[in-house]
Amino acid sequence: MMKSKADEEDYWNSSKFKAFTFDDEDDEFTKLKESRQAVNSICGLVEEEEDEDEVEKVSWSGEPVGSISWSVRETASSLREQSFPKIDTTPSLPKNSSGYSLSSLFKGKEGEREMMDCADYVSDWSPEETVHRMQQGKAVSLEKFRSLQEKLLLLDEAVGVHDGNVITAVLIYLKKSLSKEVLFRELESRQTALRHFIHYLTESKEQRLLLELYRALGRTEDEALLQYKEHLRITDENKRRDFLKSCVSLPFSPEDAGHVQDHYTLLERQIIIEAETGGKVEIFQKFPRRASILNMPLITTLYYCCFYHYAETEGTYSSPANIRQTFRIAEKQYFVTALAARAKLKAWHDVDALFTSRNWLGFTRKKSPLSFSRVADILSKNNAPVQVLQEYVGLVDDVELRVALAQKYKCHFIVISTYRDLKDRQLLLGYRGKVERGSEEERKIDELLSNPQIRWKN
Amino acid sequence: MSERDSPELPDFSVLKRLARDQLIYLLEQLPGKKDLFIEADLMSPLDRIANVSTLKQHEVDKLYKVEYKPVVSTSDQLCFLIRPRIQTVKWVCDVVNADKAAGKFKRYKIIFTPQKFYACETVLEEQGIFGDVSTDEWAFYLLPLDEDIINLELPEFFRDNFLEGDQRWVRTGGSALHLFHSIYGPFSKVYGIGRCSKMVYESWREQVKEGEQKARQAEVGTVFLIDRDVDFVTPLCSQVVYEGLVDDIFRIKCGCVEFGPDVTSSDKSIKVMLNSQDKVFNEIRNEHFSNVFGFLSQKARNLQTAYDKRRGMDIKQMKTFVSEELKGLKQEHRLLSLHIGASESMMKKKTKQDFQELLKTEHSLLEGFEIRECISFIEEHINRQVSMIESLRLLCLLSLTENGESNQFSNNLNSAWPCQSYGVDHLLTFANLKQLGLLVEQQPGETLTVMESKMGKLVNDKTAGKLTDAFSSLAKKSNFRALSRRLSLVPKSDEEYDLRVPRDMAYIFSGAYIPLSCKLIEQVLERDGWTGLEEVTRLLNGHEFAVTGSNGADLRPQSDAQRIILVMFLGGCTFSEISALRFLGRERGYKFIVLTTAITNSARLIEAMLDNHV
Repeated sequence: MMKSKADEEDYWNSSKFKAFTFDDEDDEFTKLKESRQAVNSICGLVEEEEDEDEVEKVSWSGEPVGSISWSVRETASSLREQSFPKIDTTPSLPKNSSGYSLSSLFKGKEGEREMMDCADYVSDWSPEETVHRMQQGKAVSLEKFRSLQEKLLLLDEAVGVHDGNVITAVLIYLKKSLSKEVLFRELESRQTALRHFIHYLTESKEQRLLLELYRALGRTEDEALLQYKEHLRITDENKRRDFLKSCVSLPFSPEDAGHVQDHYTLLERQIIIEAETGGKVEIFQKFPRRASILNMPLITTLYYCCFYHYAETEGTYSSPANIRQTFRIAEKQYFVTALAARAKLKAWHDVDALFTSRNWLGFTRKKSPLSFSRVADILSKNNAPVQVLQEYVGLVDDVELRVALAQKYKCHFIVISTYRDLKDRQLLLGYRGKVERGSEEERKIDELLSNPQIRWKN
Repeated sequence: MSERDSPELPDFSVLKRLARDQLIYLLEQLPGKKDLFIEADLMSPLDRIANVSTLKQHEVDKLYKVEYKPVVSTSDQLCFLIRPRIQTVKWVCDVVNADKAAGKFKRYKIIFTPQKFYACETVLEEQGIFGDVSTDEWAFYLLPLDEDIINLELPEFFRDNFLEGDQRWVRTGGSALHLFHSIYGPFSKVYGIGRCSKMVYESWREQVKEGEQKARQAEVGTVFLIDRDVDFVTPLCSQVVYEGLVDDIFRIKCGCVEFGPDVTSSDKSIKVMLNSQDKVFNEIRNEHFSNVFGFLSQKARNLQTAYDKRRGMDIKQMKTFVSEELKGLKQEHRLLSLHIGASESMMKKKTKQDFQELLKTEHSLLEGFEIRECISFIEEHINRQVSMIESLRLLCLLSLTENGESNQFSNNLNSAWPCQSYGVDHLLTFANLKQLGLLVEQQPGETLTVMESKMGKLVNDKTAGKLTDAFSSLAKKSNFRALSRRLSLVPKSDEEYDLRVPRDMAYIFSGAYIPLSCKLIEQVLERDGWTGLEEVTRLLNGHEFAVTGSNGADLRPQSDAQRIILVMFLGGCTFSEISALRFLGRERGYKFIVLTTAITNSARLIEAMLDNHV
């Protein structure tokens, strides 16, 4: 997600470090010297304190060392008591009380730490101590946790301190030292650990084991999805199609199963359509394709077919009607896509035909599953001429919206006729100033204004 | 409430110095000339604290970006500065093993930041190079982006923690807080809400217990921890405050934005730091976008007047003018034209995509009004294959605000249509959105009650209660509508809202909505805890806490340290939320410092859930 961003500094080319721009201009040499001093002081400390226990004190996550301004220790008065109360972090705790009393402040286990640091034998460390050491990044050996009970105690302890790093570390050890069956069985009742394990397997790309895990847990839908995801790795379209075909029978949820079936059918179809891009066909020469249709979404495919294969009969695989039927595309969706494609080609006649329907008396009228204001919007975005636009703007039912759109798209006659229908002389007079002088629109307005038959309301 | 003088913010430059010193120390652990490979997303953070000469000073010869390709370096010492990710470590292993196979002997060092993970070391072990490569940790937790923003720069925190359920960053969060505490603490009050917040609090407390603490005067006394999943609605909304809008459109990266030719009105792009140092930006960053134009043109007029003073000056006056004022004016001129250019470009982009209609839809969703129209708007977005991120964002917003109940209007909305428009591959994305609770499939309410009553008959009350808890956390109900009513998040729409004189935090969303996250913070600070908010926390699935420390920490509520509040967002926060907190601070005499795992926005949030790639 973050690594291969296209917007990454492209000037940062390997080894051309001169392009390394930094924004801090106040980084002067004096500060560098401070850094140097600071570093020197750290080196001193580190060399003195070789043993593990001491190193802890100079760890940077804890006591900050290195910066001159506050690495001075002499004023340090140690405050070792626990000053904040422990809170319950167990997962299912929706209604815990909020105010914690100060009496709970001193529950800490003070002696424990010392004891643990003195322990000479690795084997003496309890699960608790082991986890604690792991949290601090100290060396531990997990080999001594041999019985299942010990292993699980260790795991539960890690889960108890909410340190995902340690949880995963323990899981890696359990993965090595337990059979899959036993591990899976124990993870089933340990949701937090289970999620860590799944994430670890995902990140280390241990696909097969993860599938086995899902299977063992009866999580069939996850298993199916994970298997389906594999298709993304296959670049050859024929192999990918065959793989998708094999996915169809996986135990998806009913809804997803339909999608996956469609995915297979679509790719199969796309492979056929892709083969039909013969150079002899005029439209492909006039509007060369910018990309292959393979692996494009369904709607893109429909658009493509409306663009390049519009006139084909329903029998062909690439005809829009066939696509529409095969994939049960909703009427509205079909209209939007076909409209966009034909408008792009400025095939206004097709647009007209798309919305024209005949009733039983043979009269034609305009019908649309999407609002005519939308139709007008799509047409205008494709630079449709006013003559085309006004036909659809005129069909907008809502008067206010119709006038607003007509003004926006400069369909003057629509504005004029709407004002006439409203019998609003004032508005019409006002609009006269907006149309071009001496134009047909102006003449039309004058004609209306002088028409004695109209009973103006103002 | 009357405005009070806000206390002074602590100085965060020391954090940069600390991080730099640590890095230098680590580089010196590999003496001699070496080539440095830097993980792509660490470059900007590194830019903020060091520069090339710093690195050169410590014998870094060449710099490379980690690109998962074979290495061309001829140096016999290679140093890798990376995040603790298995994929990156595997690549390092490949590099080392390739050298080995070619009979080359080099020294290798991996510096993990902010910490290393056992899983990464396991990779080294498995690939047979454990011991051939030395490893270290660069505890670079806190990157100050501005005088009141500190960033962990860990965008993956969000997905790892909330989607995958991996708690690997919990201790990191605790350590970051601990570092802050050891410099600017001691804290005396910690409030929080969310599971992760609780864990981070615990981790921090453990680390405080283990370490030593000097008695010192606290600079920051109050802390508020909040999980991103407490409030998903706010980051999913379009941002309309200047800084947020710039982030939505141009993507601010680590405090820096790249303005393209359309902004600079030249043929090249420029990178600009956006922070309080930029005087023009500082005045408009928190403003609603509708005010920005007016402000900028006023500024431009003032500038013109200032320049015009030159006319009629004598030589001496001119000299003073040039030496004292001209430089500042020129600087201001440059900034002004930049932000005017940016505003124009944003206006153009937004007009093109019918921003007004989009905002109207969002506001209706927040208000729970004309849902049917909203749905057809979203439907059309999908049908017309308008930006997928935008469609998913709106779908999630619909699902969260309606709590999945919008399904009664359309059951093709939640996957069938998006799959048709954007590709079936997104099945995995949808699985993620559902897992996270951003999309709810059916009315969980009904299903749950049925389940509960069945269960209730089988088991005794106590167990039944536990089951209910388990179910409610499973369903991840958003309860937005109820929360919105209880906290008055949506101001009455019949009242006029003057965006130039904001009366509450709702101004950041054009007066339509007070961000839930910020409202919670306001309420808890006002009540000094969660008392009286029981119903609210119940609707948020609990996990709230309020704790008080001792140890002579300054507890007087009026003291400066108590009025400087560190808000830690686990999983990211938006610039709009930061603007809202700044507003709250001005109103109530607080100063907020935002400590976040990353700066987020709707696009980043949705992108983190995409799974249509290998």
